[in-house]
Amino acid sequence: MELRTDLALISEWITENSHVLDLGCGDGTLLAHLRDSRSVTGYGLEIDDDNIISCIKTGINVIHTDLNQGLSDFNDNSFDYVVMTQAIQTILHPDELLKEMLRVGTQGIVTFPNFGHWRARFSLFFDGIMPISRALPSKWYETVNIHLCTLRDFEELCYELDIEILQRAVVDTKHRTSWSMRLLPNIFGEIAIYRLRKIA
Amino acid sequence: MPDILPPDCVGLVTSQTYKFDKTPLSLDCGRSLSSYELIYETYGTLNKDHSNAILICHALSSDHHAAGYYNMQDKKPGWWENCIGPGKPIDTNRFFVVCPNNLGGCKGSTGPTSINPETNKPYGPDFPILTVHDWVKSQARLGDMLGISQWLAVIGGSLGGMQALQWAIDYPKHLRYCVIIAAAPKLTAQNIAFNEVARQAILTDPNFHKGHYYQHNVVPEHGLMLARMLGHITYLSDVAMRKKFGRELREGKLNFGFDIEFQVESYLRYQARSFVERFDANTYLLMTKALDYFDPAKEYNNNLSTALANVMAKFLVISFTSDWRFSSARSREIVKALLDNKKNVSYAEVTSNDGHDAFLMPIPHFIKVFKTYMQNIPSE
Repeated sequence: MELRTDLALISEWITENSHVLDLGCGDGTLLAHLRDSRSVTGYGLEIDDDNIISCIKTGINVIHTDLNQGLSDFNDNSFDYVVMTQAIQTILHPDELLKEMLRVGTQGIVTFPNFGHWRARFSLFFDGIMPISRALPSKWYETVNIHLCTLRDFEELCYELDIEILQRAVVDTKHRTSWSMRLLPNIFGEIAIYRLRKIA
Repeated sequence: MPDILPPDCVGLVTSQTYKFDKTPLSLDCGRSLSSYELIYETYGTLNKDHSNAILICHALSSDHHAAGYYNMQDKKPGWWENCIGPGKPIDTNRFFVVCPNNLGGCKGSTGPTSINPETNKPYGPDFPILTVHDWVKSQARLGDMLGISQWLAVIGGSLGGMQALQWAIDYPKHLRYCVIIAAAPKLTAQNIAFNEVARQAILTDPNFHKGHYYQHNVVPEHGLMLARMLGHITYLSDVAMRKKFGRELREGKLNFGFDIEFQVESYLRYQARSFVERFDANTYLLMTKALDYFDPAKEYNNNLSTALANVMAKFLVISFTSDWRFSSARSREIVKALLDNKKNVSYAEVTSNDGHDAFLMPIPHFIKVFKTYMQNIPSE
């Protein structure tokens, strides 16, 4: 099975034998891939019943968790990486959770759909409607995304929270990148991927 | 009993008894049992290298009859029929399942109703108060007797889950998987309070005779009934009781008296009465004490994480949303202690209205989680 592009990219950022916490781990694809390819250990946190079953089937450790309740079950610096793919925009208090991620983990990896993508801007500006795209497929009243942001928004929040951006990648939904994305990431990037660290 | 045994039933079963009289079993209370019997049932077949054995630990008022029927006239199957059988979560096509009746029980293992060899009278209240630790020790001896040096898994719900947890702590090398369902790492003050009311109901029954009721040919029926009624309420949830009974009246009208009027009253009395027929009051007292005393962290500076530092098993922990006797938060305490130690653990919180008793019921997500986990356990 081919790995989702953002997951493939993230895998490359994670060193072998590390201990990883995956927030909103879905069906456990990333953790299973990391386990098989990089001998990574760790846990996935998930709230959806079917996803929990898939994780158990895959043989990864999954903990039923509501991310909106924070990460109080986890000790400071108990993971090498805390990963959250495509979930931060669904969280009640993304800023709090970001802080929690970097309390629990040495590094954080976050991916989200970029609301500053030109198609989103185009929808709002010309059509006057909330954007619907490959990265944001739901209508405004159905979407789970309650805290969408742009690359700039996210980076400003990191600055405010004393979070250092160690690495950034910008891709489209097929996880390809291009010269335009590299030149104007906040306009051409559909999905943003960040590797973060707390400034000591 | 159904006319034809369903294909996912273990079928007709018999129990076996083994007498342990070579080495006395020293107990936490300081006393010891020089000889004792354990009654148990087994389902499935033990494989050649004895590596597919699963130990089932029972809860407060259950016993060794976990699955199947004794005969074709049997009204009810074993207490965990929903989870044990061919193709069920604890798949008897793959696993060899052992379920003993705990020491102190009243279903065939040595307990208060057994004859004390020193007095030739029933032990009654003189039967030593046991702990979960003592039970685990006696179960380990049963394992030795059966030639099982390592259980593939130790599994239990409620008080049974506590035994599974104790197993992982006491004998880390002797189990590979540990499944803890609807349990807690220790009782809260509220839990102990409920147990104390239940005990007081029994102890103050005029027929209790300080526990020597056997000699008087009576049973502290009212006390045991009250204890069971109270317990039963705590096993159900508000929603479940509302759904099942509401405010339904048995005769459709109020009678302005103290006889049974509401259906829920009738149900509780019926449950209590049938319990009295099958359960012993002294055993009930013992079992509630074992629950109250259970606190594996106590020996480790009250730190559960330290207590679980050396466990080697892989864990599955399951809780139910409407269980207020041992709520999900209590299961999470176990999970957290395992996470602190970077142990292998998965945890599922199952949405259910069935309260604490949910672990006995065929709730689809629960069964699916349990079955998927068990299927991943290699049995060869």
